[in-house]
Amino acid sequence: MTLAPETTDPRLELRLADGWLAVCDLALLVPGRGVAVLLPDGRQAALFRDRGGKVYAIDNRDPFGGAAVLSRGLTGTHQGRPFVASPLLKQRFDLETGRCLDDETVRVATYGVRTAA
Amino acid sequence: MTATPGTTPTLVLVGHGMVGQRFLEALAERGLTATHRVVVLCEEPRPAYDRVALTSYFSGRTPEELSMTDMEFIEGHGIELRLGDPAVRVDRAAREVTARSGEVFGYDVLVLATGSYPFVPPVPNKDATGCFVYRTIEDLLAIEEYARTRAGTGAVVGGGLLGLEAAGALKGLGVEAHIVEFAPRLMPVQVDAGGGAALLRTIEEMGLTVHTGVGTQEVVVGPDGAVTGMKLSDGSELATDMVVFSAGVRPRDQLARDCGLLVGERGGIAVDEQCRTVSDPRVFAIGECALAADGRVYGLVAPGYEQAQTAAATVAADEAAFTGADLSTKLKLLGVDVASFGDAHGSTEDCLDVVYADSRSGLYKKLVIGRDGRLLGGILVGDAEAYGTLRALTGSVPPVSPESLVLPAGADAGARLGPSALPDEAVVCSCHNVSKGTIRGAVAEHGCTTVPEVKKCTKAGTGCGSCVKVLGQLVAAELEAGGVEVDKGLCGCFGQTREELYEIVLALRVTTYQDLLDRYGREGARGGDGCEVCKPAVGSIIASLAPTIGASGYVLDGEQAALQDSNDHFLANLQRNGSYSVVPRIPGGEVTPEGLITLGEIARDFGLYTKITGGQRIDMFGARVEQLPLIWTRLVDAGFESGHAYGKALRTVKSCVGSTWCRYGVQDSVRMAIDLELRYRGLRSPHKLKSAVSGCARECAEARSKDFGVIATSQGWNLYVGGNGGATPRHADLLAQDLTDAELVRLIDRFLMFYIRTADRLERTSAWLERLPGGLDHVREVVVEDSLGICAELESLMADHVAHYADEWATTIDNPEKLARFVSFVNAPDTPDPVVGFVPERDQVKPDLPLLSIGLRSAEDLLEGSAPR
Ligand code: SRM
Ligand SMILES: Cc1cc2nc3c(=O)[nH]c(=O)nc-3n(C[C@H](O)[C@H](O)[C@H](O)COP(=O)(O)OP(=O)(O)OC[C@H]3O[C@@H](n4cnc5c(N)ncnc54)[C@H](O)[C@@H]3O)c2cc1C
Ligand code: SF4
Ligand code: FES
Repeated sequence: MTLAPETTDPRLELRLADGWLAVCDLALLVPGRGVAVLLPDGRQAALFRDRGGKVYAIDNRDPFGGAAVLSRGLTGTHQGRPFVASPLLKQRFDLETGRCLDDETVRVATYGVRTAA
Repeated sequence: MTATPGTTPTLVLVGHGMVGQRFLEALAERGLTATHRVVVLCEEPRPAYDRVALTSYFSGRTPEELSMTDMEFIEGHGIELRLGDPAVRVDRAAREVTARSGEVFGYDVLVLATGSYPFVPPVPNKDATGCFVYRTIEDLLAIEEYARTRAGTGAVVGGGLLGLEAAGALKGLGVEAHIVEFAPRLMPVQVDAGGGAALLRTIEEMGLTVHTGVGTQEVVVGPDGAVTGMKLSDGSELATDMVVFSAGVRPRDQLARDCGLLVGERGGIAVDEQCRTVSDPRVFAIGECALAADGRVYGLVAPGYEQAQTAAATVAADEAAFTGADLSTKLKLLGVDVASFGDAHGSTEDCLDVVYADSRSGLYKKLVIGRDGRLLGGILVGDAEAYGTLRALTGSVPPVSPESLVLPAGADAGARLGPSALPDEAVVCSCHNVSKGTIRGAVAEHGCTTVPEVKKCTKAGTGCGSCVKVLGQLVAAELEAGGVEVDKGLCGCFGQTREELYEIVLALRVTTYQDLLDRYGREGARGGDGCEVCKPAVGSIIASLAPTIGASGYVLDGEQAALQDSNDHFLANLQRNGSYSVVPRIPGGEVTPEGLITLGEIARDFGLYTKITGGQRIDMFGARVEQLPLIWTRLVDAGFESGHAYGKALRTVKSCVGSTWCRYGVQDSVRMAIDLELRYRGLRSPHKLKSAVSGCARECAEARSKDFGVIATSQGWNLYVGGNGGATPRHADLLAQDLTDAELVRLIDRFLMFYIRTADRLERTSAWLERLPGGLDHVREVVVEDSLGICAELESLMADHVAHYADEWATTIDNPEKLARFVSFVNAPDTPDPVVGFVPERDQVKPDLPLLSIGLRSAEDLLEGSAPR
């Protein structure tokens, strides 16, 4: 596993149980699209940036199909809240709470994100 | 009309044609099939079919598709339908009908619906080999067989409605067709001299030869007894290999004559206003075999249907009467609209004509106006757009000046009168006698909100179909009037339809989604992030217009990347385990051995599962996201490019092997398929587009199941549109015939661009064609006849697309910044996704599915394990 090299651009960090994990440059995130992050314990997170520059992180696994693909979904705004639609069967997940908008019994993990200089 | 109490009365119907079937439906609607034993003697080998649409057999409708009989209906109502078993004798004293099979049926009620037979003038050799009539499916099968095997030239006797249809059919079969009409003009019954002249010009331009004012005197036969020619009354002889008689019909009243029922002087079983024969209260006659109480024998289906209703009502002891019917007709003859309605020939005393004629474009329109300003009737040739409205206005004083009703659109015509101006009593659908009021009621009271619902509820529009356009306008107007908020908006972000957004993007040269959303989005959606519905839809609109509006044509450029559906964003198809499939374009399905070897090597080197697709190409599955650029590089090096299997774009143009190899082929279908695939590759559209080209009528490429399908003829190409496989299969409809290469391409250019412009998101051409008011006719008007004057623009949009096409795979592998996205993990670009795993199967791989469920936790677990924000 190669971790992202150090640069001077604003960096994104993910909050894990034991502290902040440096992930990548903010500039790598295209507004409206996501990227996947490999976590030290083997799990995966999906990172998104909206057009206002706000960044969100949720689990990358699609809880319906099992594949790690939520980072490849399309994002949008539903009643003022940001969401991503899974590229598999199109269920939508709230990017702030991880709740599935199309099936209230389902929810994915969320992670805190911050930018560090 | 009931039998002795305790026994079930028997009703025998002789003839299962269009009117017979309608009568059975009317019986069932009135519950009479439950109280009666119903026996149907049907002479033809098949149950009732749509005789009116008979000629569509030659544009590909199968006999099954022509059928009007739902066997579930027949069985469900316990109707005893005896196919191929005509009635041969009626004994009215004993109340018995004898069938050809010898079986005898006693009746309480007898209904004769035996239709007509084609009149064949008594000329020498009229029964020779090569002589035909045009009435039944069996006649058509025989004509087709003969034309294919033995005939290069054919002559049709009779230039009326049926004669023109028959001549068109012969032409479609590749036979050089002549029409011989005794009267001085074509369609003498329906049109006057002016209309006949307009019609003649248009029909001659289509390559048919017309001989008017001459009669047929003798059919000439060769030594083998088969037709070789025809002697005409002007002394000339016409060389021809076959003759189709279409010189009118006569009522089939022999059965009635034989049992002593009164028939008219010129034939037809005489009936009263209840459709009961004047001779015998237990016997009814309906349809073309009946001489109605008004002294006429009706040769159209609508009056027959009305008679069927009347007879059924009378049997049920309800009150009903048939006192006469309208002879209005609207036809599309060989692609030319011809309509006549009301007093078309101006026989009312003191009436006046309003005539508009333009011989250059084959237009002729005449209205007959009474002294008091009432519209009495009219004739329309070349453009029958106004038929529905005018027919319904007949008998009243039109609310605008009569001239404005016939002047062409664009001329200083004042108000073009829409159906909203019609009174409620106006009959909109004359096939089923449905008034405007009934249609409004269907919307207002029965809650119908779409044309198909209204059709189902009222039956309007389910006959000849000529009223469907007006129907659509009425339904829309009624919904609006009822204040029904039909939110036609694309999604929660846009109140506009896809079509409206397309127009905005094109007209205002809007090149970004955000700009469109912020300026034209719904109130609450502006400034937001949009949604998964409108982003790809707008992305597609911008992509298909890119060169014209000055946006980048590369779907991964800038903001465009964020709009694409996941598959388009990765230029590959996502599989269930997160891997991708790769489908290179193989135009027309033609591939060299070298090409195949390259594909094999790539698949082998990357361990991909390989499959031949249903689209005549090769799909390679199981590529990890980081392998995609490596695979494309090798493919691009070998001359392959993206097949857009992931896009709402052109997929494949399948081909059959065609005239180069196939002994039946009449054109080079492979070359044409390759040309078309290369021309339209990369074209983004509302849904995927598929095509195929067959080298002859055997249709091995299955072109009629495609959005646009091409079938070779000996003269060129036939273009079919609106086909679909998938969940709701639909055969494509014939748009135009015998096109040259250039005409074909030009027409497809226009068709595709018109579709892209007006279809809804994810609406295949088939659904679009069904939804568009006016359907195929409207599309033909727009793309063939250029009725909207937009064809030049449509062609130029397509020219822009073709000129700016670039392969997306090649563009991407040349772009390091874009390539950086093709990794599983942003923070670990060299690490593959551990969830993507494979296991062996039949010497290849398949996704390791159990791996997908490992580590997935329930929602409750998650809440606890979830890290605090
Ligand atoms: C690969 C292939 C099956 C095969 O192994 O042969 C296939 C595979 C898929 N088809 Fe198909 N279709 C394939 C030929 C067809 C055909 C046959 C044809 O094209 O001649 C049809 C019927 C013809 C038609 O479209 O009218 C067909 C009708 C559909 C439909 C139904 C469309 C409809 O209008 O009802 C869908 C669903 C959709 O598009 O909404 C669909 C959707 C799909 C999707 C995209 C489903 C999905 O979202 O994952 C599959 C993608 C597989 C992949 O990842 O590559 N596929 N699909 C064929 C690819 C052909 C090619 O070379 O591009
Ligand atoms: C090519 C073509 C195009 C047409 N286009 C139009 C159009 O555009 N608009 C329009 O309004 N009309 C059109 N017509 C006319 C329309 O088809 C007829 O008006 C309609 O079919 C009449 O219905 P029917 O039931 O009376 O007769 P048919 O449909 O002819 O049915 C009569 C049936 O009775 C059967 N029969 C006869 N004798 C016996 C017996 N002894 N025992 C058992 N069965 C018997 C016959 O075999 C036949 O199947 C067209 C006709 C043709 C041929
Ligand atoms: S038929 Fe269904 S399962 Fe088979 S390829 Fe098409 S979409 Fe996939
Ligand atoms: S007028 Fe023929 S279907 Fe309505």
